Amino acid sequence: MKILVAVKRVIDYNVQIRVKEDGSGVVTDNVKMSTNPPDDNAVEEAVKIKESGKAKEIIAVTVGEEKAQETVRKALAVGADRGILVKAPGTIEPLAVAKILQKIVEKEKPDLVFMGKQAIDDDCNQTGQMLAAILNWPQATFASKIDVKENVLEVTREVDEGLETIEVKIPSIVTCDLRLNEPRYASLPNIMKAKKKPLEQIDASELGIDIKPRIEQIKVEEPPKRKAGIKVSSVEELVQKLKNEAKVI
Amino acid sequence: MSVLLIAEHNNKEVKPFTLNAITAASQINDDLHVLVIGKNADPVAKSLSEVANVKKVIHVDNDIYENYIAENYTPVILKQAENYSHIVCSANTFGKNLMPRIAALLDTSQVSDIIKVISEDTFLRPIYAGNAFATVKSTDKKKCVTIRPTSFDPAPTSGGSAEIVKGENTDPSQNTKFVKKEEIKSDRPELGTARIVISGGRGMQSGENFKLITAIADKLNAAIGASRAAVDAGYITNDHQVGQTGKVVVPDLYIAVGISGAIQHLAGMKESKVIVAINKDGEAPIFSVADYGLEADLFDALPKFLEELNKLNTIQK
Repeated sequence: MKILVAVKRVIDYNVQIRVKEDGSGVVTDNVKMSTNPPDDNAVEEAVKIKESGKAKEIIAVTVGEEKAQETVRKALAVGADRGILVKAPGTIEPLAVAKILQKIVEKEKPDLVFMGKQAIDDDCNQTGQMLAAILNWPQATFASKIDVKENVLEVTREVDEGLETIEVKIPSIVTCDLRLNEPRYASLPNIMKAKKKPLEQIDASELGIDIKPRIEQIKVEEPPKRKAGIKVSSVEELVQKLKNEAKVI
Repeated sequence: MSVLLIAEHNNKEVKPFTLNAITAASQINDDLHVLVIGKNADPVAKSLSEVANVKKVIHVDNDIYENYIAENYTPVILKQAENYSHIVCSANTFGKNLMPRIAALLDTSQVSDIIKVISEDTFLRPIYAGNAFATVKSTDKKKCVTIRPTSFDPAPTSGGSAEIVKGENTDPSQNTKFVKKEEIKSDRPELGTARIVISGGRGMQSGENFKLITAIADKLNAAIGASRAAVDAGYITNDHQVGQTGKVVVPDLYIAVGISGAIQHLAGMKESKVIVAINKDGEAPIFSVADYGLEADLFDALPKFLEELNKLNTIQK
């Protein structure tokens, strides 16, 4: 079995986001970038399945600028076998990413495609479902447990009411939740080894698909600031304020 | 121009977030139709026909729609889609799972999780877990939009008298099978929808100490949250995690106990209506977003807090 894992390079989750003064976006220059957190879970799960002997090869793919290959190298360092960087400039919307991944799937013919449930930059939560749609594959989103069985996956999904279990035929798409596993850290020797693993570069313009944005970003602004609060001197005062001033208890 | 809203329900009752989504949808255009896909879901279709703002209910009923399977819902919705300018639903796990599948097959770039309708094609949505707001304009002919339910008031459940028409079902998917659903049985409200949330951080020092929080949660009928630090330390399971990589909550009252206020946590709770911070470090960043800050040792403050709550004659539920 072959698993394709899609990863995205995003601003690190510990970085304080700053909005550009001209309203054109957020500041990304000289800002620490990392792999989108649930994409780490997707890579980890693929590696675990390979370690269990149920998968033979893991391919990590990303779409973005040249530097996005760092996320692929990181996936290689924790166990992916080879990588693909699809170079595409500027904003690539989830629909366009799904179309790009469709081309990669057609070429690589994986049995499974894993990715994080959502990227923590644009918070769209679309790419996996869109890829499943255009491939006409089943989708298992928000996965917190994956059992690989004969020709099917049994996937436990995190839904608002609790947990839902579905069975999807392979080939299928799984989007991973943070609770799926504990992503491992790459060891230094493995980071060194990853540098020698193959990483293919493809230019998105060669794929013959329209990836122009369909959504115009008119402006990006800071969320409204909370007005300054007060310090209370005692628990008694706090409870009185909550009862009589804020009227929330 | 008309809007088609996909209802979420359990075949008996409409899920509350659908009512919030109806409010947003009717702000896009007042010719709002609601699609109910289910099994023996007549009561759902009927109750939606009575919701103010709903002009028509389309009801598609078949045994195959007992559970949500996006692969089964999608063809039904695509069949209806040609009559509509907008397809919308709530941005909870139901809508997040379903809508992109529809959007991709309509070749539409979806607008996710809107918090404000600016015009029929322009919306406000949070990005970076609410650390920035983006105003976006969809240029696609047909628009697929998901709505953050907590940003809109629920539509009144009476005052409407929409006609109910039957719609056609389509063939079920052979590739996806529902196995089971385990609903979390808890007397406590869900973290995502609770009116009050009380969360503990690393300052709790142990899982055992979370009982101080549980006691107050019981008293206030609150959900229990936690910071990533508390989850990583193993004090509590990660389904309680509030923050950028956990759940985003918008309760009327959020009480942060022993939480320093890391960026990633603030992203998950700073839209709450009233925020209380209890922390012994007066410089903790959590105080910068708190309406009421109490600089105190939580091990003194929490028992006292419970004591004071017990003195109150009434507590809102």
